[in-house]
Amino acid sequence: MSTDSTPAFWTTRRRDHLAGYLFVAPQLIGSAIFVLLPLGLVCYYSLHEWNVLADTFSFVGAENYRALAEDPNLGPVLRATALFSAGLVVLNLGLALLLAVLLNQRLRGTVAFRTLFFSPVVVSLVAWTIVWRFLLQDNGGINGALNLVGAGGPNWLRGDGTALLSVIVVQVIKNVGLNMVLFLAALQGVPADLHEAARVDGASAWTRFRRITVPLISPTILLTSIITVVGSLQVFAQIAVLTQGGPGTSTTVLVYYLYQQAFQFHHFGYGATLSVLLFLIVLALTVVQWQLRKRWVFHEQ
Amino acid sequence: MKKRFLAATLVAALLPLSGCGGDAADGPVELRMTVWSANEAHLKLFNEIAAEYVQAHPEITKITFDPIPFESYTTTLTTQLAGGKPPDLAWILESSAPDFVSSGALAPLDDKLQDKAGLNPAAMKLWQSAGKTYAYPFSTSPFGVFVNTDLLKKAGAANPADLIADGGWTWDAAIQAASAVHAKTGKAGLVVRDFDYKGWDNLSTVWTGWGAQAWTPDGKTCGFDQQPMVDAMTFLHRAIFTGKALPGPGTAADFFAGEAAMTITQISRASLLEDKFGWDLVPLPAGPKGKYAVIGQGGLGVLKKGGHPEAAADFLAFFTDPANSAKLAAFFPPPRQSMLTAETLAKTNPKLSPEQLQSVVIDGISTGVVKPSHTGQAEISQAVRAALDPLWQPQADVKTVLTGVCTAINPLLSK
Repeated sequence: MSTDSTPAFWTTRRRDHLAGYLFVAPQLIGSAIFVLLPLGLVCYYSLHEWNVLADTFSFVGAENYRALAEDPNLGPVLRATALFSAGLVVLNLGLALLLAVLLNQRLRGTVAFRTLFFSPVVVSLVAWTIVWRFLLQDNGGINGALNLVGAGGPNWLRGDGTALLSVIVVQVIKNVGLNMVLFLAALQGVPADLHEAARVDGASAWTRFRRITVPLISPTILLTSIITVVGSLQVFAQIAVLTQGGPGTSTTVLVYYLYQQAFQFHHFGYGATLSVLLFLIVLALTVVQWQLRKRWVFHEQ
Repeated sequence: MKKRFLAATLVAALLPLSGCGGDAADGPVELRMTVWSANEAHLKLFNEIAAEYVQAHPEITKITFDPIPFESYTTTLTTQLAGGKPPDLAWILESSAPDFVSSGALAPLDDKLQDKAGLNPAAMKLWQSAGKTYAYPFSTSPFGVFVNTDLLKKAGAANPADLIADGGWTWDAAIQAASAVHAKTGKAGLVVRDFDYKGWDNLSTVWTGWGAQAWTPDGKTCGFDQQPMVDAMTFLHRAIFTGKALPGPGTAADFFAGEAAMTITQISRASLLEDKFGWDLVPLPAGPKGKYAVIGQGGLGVLKKGGHPEAAADFLAFFTDPANSAKLAAFFPPPRQSMLTAETLAKTNPKLSPEQLQSVVIDGISTGVVKPSHTGQAEISQAVRAALDPLWQPQADVKTVLTGVCTAINPLLSK
């Protein structure tokens, strides 16, 4: 039996701490198993050469990183990745904001259009992409429609510039609905009285949009731009289904290249090295965006 | 064991490619064989053979055939290996044969195979290393031309069978007929199946007629910039872009759905014919270098890491013994000399006539050149694909593009 004079171990403070840790534990354990551990393993593998067929696994030190620096394919791959991401982010955010502003007007049919634009988000990615592959064929639906109006379309998935453009547009249409809904929610949170006051002061619609709406939805713009940038660097299935990296290497983005190296060419060590590079790029872009937020995001000043 | 766990985690981390379950437990044995055919007739036959084996061998509880799509077959198989869930037996494409045979992933089969003396040495060559056999080429299948005779008749084009009778079945004649079909009916003329401007190794069914080769037999020297290849590709380029004899890049046409007049493929595809149209099977047309044949192979091997290599090898021996080879010959011409007669093959190939079997299959196997293969084929193949892409433009300069192919793959060939 313990005596009443010694203080109990479970003080209120300690109980609170324990409860707090217990609450965050599922999330922490999940992150550790599914994020931190794989990340550590990828770094570990990048220092090794693993031949799956021969079942050999040997330490090679910085050899994979030296190969990375000397890889003649890396330049074109990074260029394709940058073009793809830039195109996707600009088109996706621009279109999403435009649609959100239009749907925010109290007009008839906005509910139907909102559903229409959002529905691709819930369609299975591969099914969506396969349908688009048929549409984008030289004798496919898009060129058929263009022929009807008398314009001949290019061979979308086989042309040097058009293949990348096609992949971007297919991805934008697939995902624009998500950003649109986020923007729409933000727009509906903009107080009407601010607009009214500005209108009384004689501000034009454009001025009101730039000076009132954009600053007030800037936290959402930050969120959507981070999600879209990170997402654009992880696009894989669309490339695999639509172009398989071609023509040439014009649509071989970093994720697809790392898949080729690891799973097709059996260079698992080098594939891991490429995924370390991808991780660093995503990390750097996210940090930059997070730092820049102080300059333009409304609530962060 | 630790490495295997790490491996599984890496695979899970990089890509959610799924590998289905293998069985590593002792006791009753379940075997799994990965195959690239999901064809119902093929699987029905495999299951019949397996059922017979299971009945005679109580220690084997189950044998499953796991179809993986052809396009991603080797990638998925490797991923299953990397993830620690390899199948017990696997089909292996000839393009990845050098990698698998030389790697040590496969168990040697010499002590197991039945009636070894009856195996055709030429057919076995790709699957042997240092005097040991690592896979059984259950399918040693020559490429032939399936012909939609209805479409050719409709277009008023020459019938290949008649051309053969007159000794005029040449590439020029084939392309002329194909162009006529496209011009008159709007359907595709000739389709090199599985090429689709990506699977370039299927073009060896064309360029071999010019005496061209992707690389020298020792695998060290690139053959794309050599004159025979330039001539063959110039011919093909003209056939595609001037003659419109082949569907252009980014255009799909399925022969077996009646969308093309002719297709170059292997006889195992005969099972796709549904008698919706009149058809024929003829040998490849003669090229400038005369008559020739090209063979595609599929090997069947036992994976050492599969958990039950001994039991798997025993089943492999049963699956490929003379009696079952005769059954499999309905779709996959066996490498067994004794069975390569028109009479034997005709028993299991009701769709093909003895003449077709003799001219395409038996003559093809005896003279055929195997499709190009090389260690590290996947990487070389991707480099060739990327470097060849500029060729599939109407105004491409063939010689320049092909020189570029050699520039791209020379460092890989010498590896």
